[in-house]
This record gives sequence, structure tokens and C-alpha cells, in this order.
Amino acid sequence: MENELHLSQHISKRFNQELEEVRNQVLKMGGLVEQQVSNGLIALLEADQALALEVVETDAKVNAMEVEIDETCTEILARRQPAASDLRLMVSIIKTITDLERIGDEAEKLGKNALKISPEQSGAKQFVELRHLGDSVKKMLNRSLNAYARMNVEEALDIIQSDRLIDEEFDNLSRLLILKMMEDPREIKNALRISWCARALERIGDHSKNICEYIVYLVKGKDVRHTSLDDVRKSLLTEQ
Amino acid sequence: MVDNSSSEILFSEDTKIDGTVGHCFADDAKMSMRNVNVFYDKKQAINNISLDLARNQVTALIGPSGCGKSTFLRCMNRMNDNIAICRVEGEFKLDDEDIYAKKMDPVLLRARVGMVFQKPNPFPKSIYENVAYGPKIHGLASNKAELDEIVITSLQKAGLFNEVKDRLDDSGTSLSGGQQQRLCIARTIAVSPEVILMDEPASALDPIATAVIEELIDELKEKYTIAIVTHSMQQAARISQTTAYFHMGQLVEMGETKKIFTNPSHKLTENYITGRFG
Repeated sequence: MENELHLSQHISKRFNQELEEVRNQVLKMGGLVEQQVSNGLIALLEADQALALEVVETDAKVNAMEVEIDETCTEILARRQPAASDLRLMVSIIKTITDLERIGDEAEKLGKNALKISPEQSGAKQFVELRHLGDSVKKMLNRSLNAYARMNVEEALDIIQSDRLIDEEFDNLSRLLILKMMEDPREIKNALRISWCARALERIGDHSKNICEYIVYLVKGKDVRHTSLDDVRKSLLTEQ
Repeated sequence: MVDNSSSEILFSEDTKIDGTVGHCFADDAKMSMRNVNVFYDKKQAINNISLDLARNQVTALIGPSGCGKSTFLRCMNRMNDNIAICRVEGEFKLDDEDIYAKKMDPVLLRARVGMVFQKPNPFPKSIYENVAYGPKIHGLASNKAELDEIVITSLQKAGLFNEVKDRLDDSGTSLSGGQQQRLCIARTIAVSPEVILMDEPASALDPIATAVIEELIDELKEKYTIAIVTHSMQQAARISQTTAYFHMGQLVEMGETKKIFTNPSHKLTENYITGRFG
């Protein structure tokens, strides 16, 4: 990021500091959210009630961080009137933390559902596909945050593409759950909860994808939302 | 159309000025002004303003032209003494000293409360002499070595030394606008002031020279208390910790700069900083 955006080269040292600080705050929030997702998944798959409760309670911390970063950004916008790459940095941060906060909410859902799935019926553990979906989503989120920290556009485009695989995995799992429910109506209650968890994971993938789109916007100044990836690659290539 | 909308903005119900809103008094005040009224002949330019300059902070005075901000700034080191028709009432304290007391020598006061003006105004002398002049007349140096020391450190503090160290004997007026302004700041610093008043110090400079001066102001506040009058509210937002908004001789609102620029309490402040009039 340092190389691409030259954050520390303003004449005003305090402005450098402010940008560096707010960027660190975002990375810290990303770290916390990542841990929430990881813990939510463990709580769900291992039926760990204590951990599930912890995830639900920790969501307040994620929310507080969003408010705090929002405030910092508002102050920087009001006092510094950032322009060009600095302005894009502010806009991308404000958007990124909204997605991070939503990812936090989805992780909280994993925790809440983990608390409610009854252990007598088939729990989440037996669904290998759920574990697999969880791993893919975790990896995608991790890659997105790394790409954000390094401002790596190539990686970001790659991750945007990989969201399709997550969607496919989600569809497969949904089909499996429907089958399960048709076989034995007593399973419906748990199967629905697991389906909601799968949905939460799929949404985390979408939010990670959004974050990658903000990276492209921040570094290249191009809004790549709602465009096909091929078009994006083409236009980025012609620019170079 | 313009007339209608601006009168609507200025004279609607919620733009009445009913005393000052916000926080005009500091816990640790370097200068305190109370119930200040200033008249030019019969015309009242400042109407019952009270405020503090917080120690080691930058206080920005903003407001439309003719709102009294420069008049108020000039009262703080008795620059208005020289204007025959100007009458100043109220209390002005530097720490606990009354600056309008009979025993206060205005020349000494202006060494303690320095002023930097809108247009850089170096003396038509060498760079060295520009800075050395004040310390000489105030007897701050007992020999040449001490004087050299004062000149060099003042130029360093003003962020100018590296640019002029090889040509201290060149005329001060040979420098660029931004450099001249930093020279004037060095000249002000040379007499070890406690407070620095700045009247539009960057309005005659290009954006880069402005950014350099602003960065300098941010560094200077570690040692000095600073009050700055500026037409550029963006500049006030960038460099000050406290902002005071003046309007037609009255202090409408004063408070933390962050608060003033994100959520001002008074409608007039909001209208001014969002560019709805002024």
C-alpha cells in the first residue's frame, strides 16, 4: 500500500499519521472479524456452546469498532478535505468497514444457530460440505484482508472470481439439506438452522468480494461493481 | 434571487445570535479576553466578545469579511492603539497580566505577543538582519555569537534555515513569497514570544507554500500559543484545535474544531462553513 498510495508523503506529518492510524484501525477490525468467523465455525461444527456464546457477545466489539472508524473518517473528511487517492482511501474505508461489520453479524448468526441446534438430531458436524464451505469462505476472507493490507489488485481480481465457487458450494449444500428434510421431517428443524448458517457463510463470501472491489477502486480509481470480470481485466490492461 | 436567498439564510428565526454557543473558555488559558467591545468612531466593530486562547493550541478565528475577526486579533497585542478613532473596552489578560494596564509597554508586549501579517513584509535588509533586528533592540543577545545563535535557531524553527544558510547576507526581499513569510515567522520567533498572532498568513501563497506554513504552525504550537485569522475555513479545519466563528462583530460559536466542522451548534456557523453565504 505504501508503494502504491504514498500515504506517508504529505507535507503535513499529522495527516500522514491520521491516515496511517485509520488504516491500522481497519486492519485491526478485519483481524477481529476474521477471528469471529473462525470461532463461529468451530462453535457450529464442534457444537461448542461456550465458544458460540463468546462469538455472540464479541459482536458488540466489532460494532463499536465500526462506529469508531466512521467517526475518525468523518473527522478526516471534515478537516483535511482529502483529494484523489486520499479521497478514494476514505471512501473505500467507509465502505469496507460496513462490509466488515456485516461479516461480523453473519459470524454472530453462526454462533446463535450453534446455540440452538439440538444435539439429539443430526448436528452440523456430519455435514462435510458445510465444513468445506466454511473453510473456503474463511480462506476467501483471509485473502481479501491480505489483499487489502497489501493493496494487491491482481489478488483482489482473483478473489472476486473465486466467489463463484462459493456460490456453487452453497447450492450443493442446499440441495443436500432439502434431500435430508424430505427423507425425515424430524430433521427439518436442524436442517433449516444449518441452511441459515450456510446462507450466512455464502453472504460472508459476498462481503469479501465487495472488499476486493473497493481495493480495485482504491488503487486503480475504477468502480468495478456490477461489471463482468473480463471487462474489468480488459479495461485495466488497456490502461497500463 | 441571490438577495432573497441570502437574506433568508441570514435573517430567519434560527439564525438569530443570542449570545455565544459552544465553549469559549479554556481550562488552561494563555490569554483571556472578557466583554470586549471595540468602536471605530461611533461604529461598533466588536460586540461584547469573551473568549480564551488555550495554551499551546492553535485557535482559528473565522467569519465573513468585516465580521471583526482581524480587529479582535489586533486588539490582542494592542495594534489598534495607533488608530486614533479606535476605542477598545473590556479585559485582556496575558496569563494574569492586564495588557492594557498603564505600566504595560506596548513595544515589550508586542515582543511577547508577536504578529505575522497577510503579506510577507520583510525589512529591506539582509536575511540575517531581518531576524537579528528584534533581538538587538530588545537586548536579547550580549555578543555576536549569541546573536548568531538566535538567528540560526529562529530560522531553523521557521523551517527556513536549510534553504537560506548559504546566503544569509542576501536581501530578505529576494526570497520567494513562501520563504518571505517563513522569514517573517522567524523574525517573530527570534524575540521569544509567548503568543503568535497570525492574520491570514498564507492567503498570498501558493498551495505548496501554504502547506509548508501550515505544517510549521502545527510544529510551533508545541512551544507557543497561536491565534490565526483565516478566510479559508479549510485551513482552519486543518490546523486549529479550537475554532471561533465571528459574525457581524459578534462571536456566534466557539468550540473544538472537530465539532465545529462536523456538527456545529449554530445555524449561522453551519451556513458559513458549508458555503451558503459569506
